[in-house]
Amino acid sequence: MTDQVPLFRMEGVSKRYGGVRALEKADLVVHGGRVHAILGENGAGKSTLIKIMAGVVAPDEGRMLFRGSEVTFPDPASANAAGIVCIFQELSLIPDLSVADNIVISNPPTTFGMIDRRAQRRIAEEALARAGGEDIHPMAPVKDLPLSRRQIVEIAKALARRPSILILDEATSALTAADVSKVFDVLRRLRTEGLALLYISHRMHEIAEIADECTVFRNGRNVATYAAGAKTDNEVVELMIGREYRSVFPDKPPVAPEDRKPVIEVRNLSWTDRLRGVSLVARPGEVVGLGGLDGQGQRELLLALFGVLKGVSGEVLVDGEPVSIGGPSAAKSKRIGMALIPEDRKTEGLMLPMSVRDNLSLAALDRLSHFGVIDRAAERSAVGEMIRLLDIRTAGTAIPVGALSGGNQQKVVIAKWLMVTPRIILLNDPTRGIDVGTKQEIYQLLRKLADSGAAILFYSTDYDELIGCCDRVLVLYDGAIRRTLVGNEITERALVASALNIATNEEGPGLRPAVRG
Amino acid sequence: MAVDQAPLETSRWPSVFRRIDPAVAIAFGCILLLLFLGSLYSANFLSAEYLLQQLKVASFLGVIATGMMLVILLGQIDLSVPWVVAVGGMMACAATAYGPAGEALAIPFGILCGVALGLVNGVGVAYLRIPSMIITLAVNAVAQGLMVAYTGGFSPQDSASEAMRFLATGTIVFSMPNSLIVWAIIGAAAIFVLNRTTFGRAIYAIGNRERAAYLSGIGTQRVVLIAFAVAGGLSAFGGVLLAGYASRASQAMGDAYLLPSIAAVVLGGTSILGGRGTYVGTVAGVILITLLQSILSVMQIEEFGRQVIYGLVIIAMLLLYGRERAVR
Amino acid sequence: MIDWRYRLAEHRGTLIALALFLVMFAIYVANHPAGFTANVVNTAANKGVLLALVAMAQTLVVLTAGIDLSVGSIFILTNCLASYIVAGSPMMVALGVLGVLATGIVCGAINGLIVIYGRLQPIVATIATGAIYFGIALWLRPFPGGADDFSSDLADALTSQLPGGIPASLVTLVVIVLVIWVPFSRSPVGRAAYATGSSEVAAYMSGVPIKSAKFAAYTLAGLLAAIGGLFLTFFTYSGEASAANGATYTLYSIAAVVLGGVSLFGGVGSAIGAIFGAFAFRTIGDLLFVFDLEPLWQPLFQGVVLLVAVSLGAARLFQIRNRLDLFG
Repeated sequence: MTDQVPLFRMEGVSKRYGGVRALEKADLVVHGGRVHAILGENGAGKSTLIKIMAGVVAPDEGRMLFRGSEVTFPDPASANAAGIVCIFQELSLIPDLSVADNIVISNPPTTFGMIDRRAQRRIAEEALARAGGEDIHPMAPVKDLPLSRRQIVEIAKALARRPSILILDEATSALTAADVSKVFDVLRRLRTEGLALLYISHRMHEIAEIADECTVFRNGRNVATYAAGAKTDNEVVELMIGREYRSVFPDKPPVAPEDRKPVIEVRNLSWTDRLRGVSLVARPGEVVGLGGLDGQGQRELLLALFGVLKGVSGEVLVDGEPVSIGGPSAAKSKRIGMALIPEDRKTEGLMLPMSVRDNLSLAALDRLSHFGVIDRAAERSAVGEMIRLLDIRTAGTAIPVGALSGGNQQKVVIAKWLMVTPRIILLNDPTRGIDVGTKQEIYQLLRKLADSGAAILFYSTDYDELIGCCDRVLVLYDGAIRRTLVGNEITERALVASALNIATNEEGPGLRPAVRG
Repeated sequence: MAVDQAPLETSRWPSVFRRIDPAVAIAFGCILLLLFLGSLYSANFLSAEYLLQQLKVASFLGVIATGMMLVILLGQIDLSVPWVVAVGGMMACAATAYGPAGEALAIPFGILCGVALGLVNGVGVAYLRIPSMIITLAVNAVAQGLMVAYTGGFSPQDSASEAMRFLATGTIVFSMPNSLIVWAIIGAAAIFVLNRTTFGRAIYAIGNRERAAYLSGIGTQRVVLIAFAVAGGLSAFGGVLLAGYASRASQAMGDAYLLPSIAAVVLGGTSILGGRGTYVGTVAGVILITLLQSILSVMQIEEFGRQVIYGLVIIAMLLLYGRERAVR
Repeated sequence: MIDWRYRLAEHRGTLIALALFLVMFAIYVANHPAGFTANVVNTAANKGVLLALVAMAQTLVVLTAGIDLSVGSIFILTNCLASYIVAGSPMMVALGVLGVLATGIVCGAINGLIVIYGRLQPIVATIATGAIYFGIALWLRPFPGGADDFSSDLADALTSQLPGGIPASLVTLVVIVLVIWVPFSRSPVGRAAYATGSSEVAAYMSGVPIKSAKFAAYTLAGLLAAIGGLFLTFFTYSGEASAANGATYTLYSIAAVVLGGVSLFGGVGSAIGAIFGAFAFRTIGDLLFVFDLEPLWQPLFQGVVLLVAVSLGAARLFQIRNRLDLFG
């Protein structure tokens, strides 16, 4: 199955950004006809590695061999020409153009200088067929396609460039379970066609399902390469973080007493076809997790509670009284006291060019002002207090929040909402893309907030967080809560099984043993 | 990443001094340079009279540019300035025809007409989500239509009231022109609102990212509506002052104020994309543009040359500091 | 096959503009005292073609998510230039026409270079270049006038009726569409212009030649505005550096583009839609004449129709179920 000469080889490659070491003497060997998974924490060097392979950035030292001879890629086009094509994490499709236009975008077929629409259509149909997207019409505008179909178009676009190495960077993060298995079918077929596939994902069970071999990166170095299945998940996680994993999470208190009055109670909440009759309660002191695969209605549930969605049916009770929340400004009022830590801190949580102070006080401004005039002394002390409380590392309150590290930015988003002293805190995947140290601080903060009487609804795409942080986990599937796991029931096996909405007996079909029982 | 080493407690300094924008510094530098070049041509350029006269002329643009700045800070634009200015001037003059009461209410009436047009702009942008460039254009056309129909169909009163003339040309304190005092008051109010109030903070926040501002519980639509209404009122107030200055209102009186008001705001370092800019910069931009126009006309450069130099200076200054960051 | 449905959706904006124009024109002709005669059509065509050309120019730039506020100035500049150099012997006339077109190309190219390499926002950059182009026009024609030996033969040939009563200007417009717009929209660089306007980041990630796309769009816009200026000269036999005319054409071009289904956010629409938008807009303006209303009400009527037309686009807001979608 393995060729004698590897298709691609990287030796001693290093890359620094300023003083930060992103990649340090990294080695990688890629064979045709295999799926090679790359694992590692955020910031471990995975994305720098693939950017170097794809010609987006140039390495400081080291060499790359393609089919046995040394190569350098000055730009993405030359890497593409050599046959290395990358599907980046952020979608690179043009929303207003058609599927076919997008597939041939970098090199449209022409006759006499005009785009040959028939040839374009042929190429597009062929690429779509190879990518398993026969159901996608080549003339459909990309903006009308659901996310999962766009991902297929993205793969088709890559295939139209006839790659010999295809790099998939978190390519399944937007897909539902059914779509993931479709994509995997495509990938398996490409593997038999002899392509080398480099697969980057945080989803351990996906890697277990598709990978032939795995390489783990940590702090810019490749720390281990092994045949898939040779190590237990626990060993892999420890390789990735370099220490015992369990210590990351604070201790949970004994299961919260059921007799406390719920702060928030939701009855039969529905919205379009994304939420179907969701009911839940959250009591003071509880951290309630929202689980399930990505895109099963968790985000919509949080947005609906926060008053962002229109046409929501069902009942929401705060302190036992029915309330109607018309938007974020109503949600944060003293009467309700709700806060939402949004999904994307760069576009929804922060104004990056504005100062740390302005960002921190934004949500609580009406509490820090009299008749619309800001009380600067009150603002200063409240901001300073938050910076101390969350240990936000910043050179001052006047610098733009965009100059802080990702972890500290996320702390600013959380702190901004703590300034309104919320009793109900909704979190939408708050630890995505931040370092382990900050994650740990956030987990501890959540527990502290719960202990001081807040009710927390915590959506995470990371099972370990749900297991480590939550007193209860509600697993959503297709817009409805399919299962509630309490206390010791919250295991990876139970989470995965209920997320896929498959049989809830102890041995889920095709699932590997849980990391932590 | 280089982070400036300001200590945590920097807020004791007034915000004006705390972050002097290079753009503002360059704009003020250019003002000094223009005065210097002018003084080489004629010593009169440094006389108090000339400078006061310039500030008086600048105050009309200053009032209008204040409204434009609010809108640009939101990441929008107000193309209805020409005819809202005319509406302000013409309606104030029209009111004077209705006896002493009309004369007394002339100024507020003119401003209110501008506020009304600004509200239409604001409803279009904030609630109907129409791009500001097109809704303000349409409102400009409607305002023009109203004024054309009005001047043609009735026998309009077009001379300014005593109060308007006094406000635009008179003096109360020493030899300070009243119009300059008006601009100073409006400017001080703008600085206060932008720096010290929740409304000002909301404007910057919306200009940076409306989505994040909305999710922070800011009533973004209301803020946008109010900002456009205020901008309409200020444009109309500019028209009232202009009518007082010229003693009468005319149809094309606002035409010369659209592009200079945008240019003044942008030259003062406010980002045309919104969310960033200081009022001090706008003051610098207004004075710079007024001075440039004045020097070009004093030097008896013909209109065409003034236009060309005017355009070249704007481009040159923007190339100095108004550039966007390169993509990657 | 469902191909035709996608094709229909792709051209929806253009078709709506066409329908709007047909309805307006039908009302116009039905109420015209002379009825549907060749002369009525010819007059309407000649008036519409000028705005159509400038609107096409605006479309190219708007497709890349830019805006060209200098189209009106280029239009006026080339009009003034043509009033001098499109004169004399046929050879001279030909050279003159080429000179006028080349001037437009240069103006457009300057805009493009400033936006691409100067990295200035199109809106401010073209305000400034517009002032420069207008200044040059003013230098050429401080007072309205034309060359004594102006080529009235060519002018008459292109503005009169062909056998069968077909307006020659309309035929010329069709030729221009076939020679400039069709090849552009089907070429890789045209595709790149759409891609850049739709999402500049995604276009960059996909290796789309963003810079050549923008450069081509601005340059061709200059060319189309120059053709418009040439036609204006053919209608009037003279050149006039009228600031009001330039501003009007710039603003109307934006209105025509919006009526023509071109998105001001870029990436959506076609120049053909903008042409229908221009004709519809012109017809709306003329409707009042046939209804025997006071011509004084014409600007107001035009403004209100524009206001209503742009507000209709807000109907889509009722479909939005997630308020975050409001913020794009």
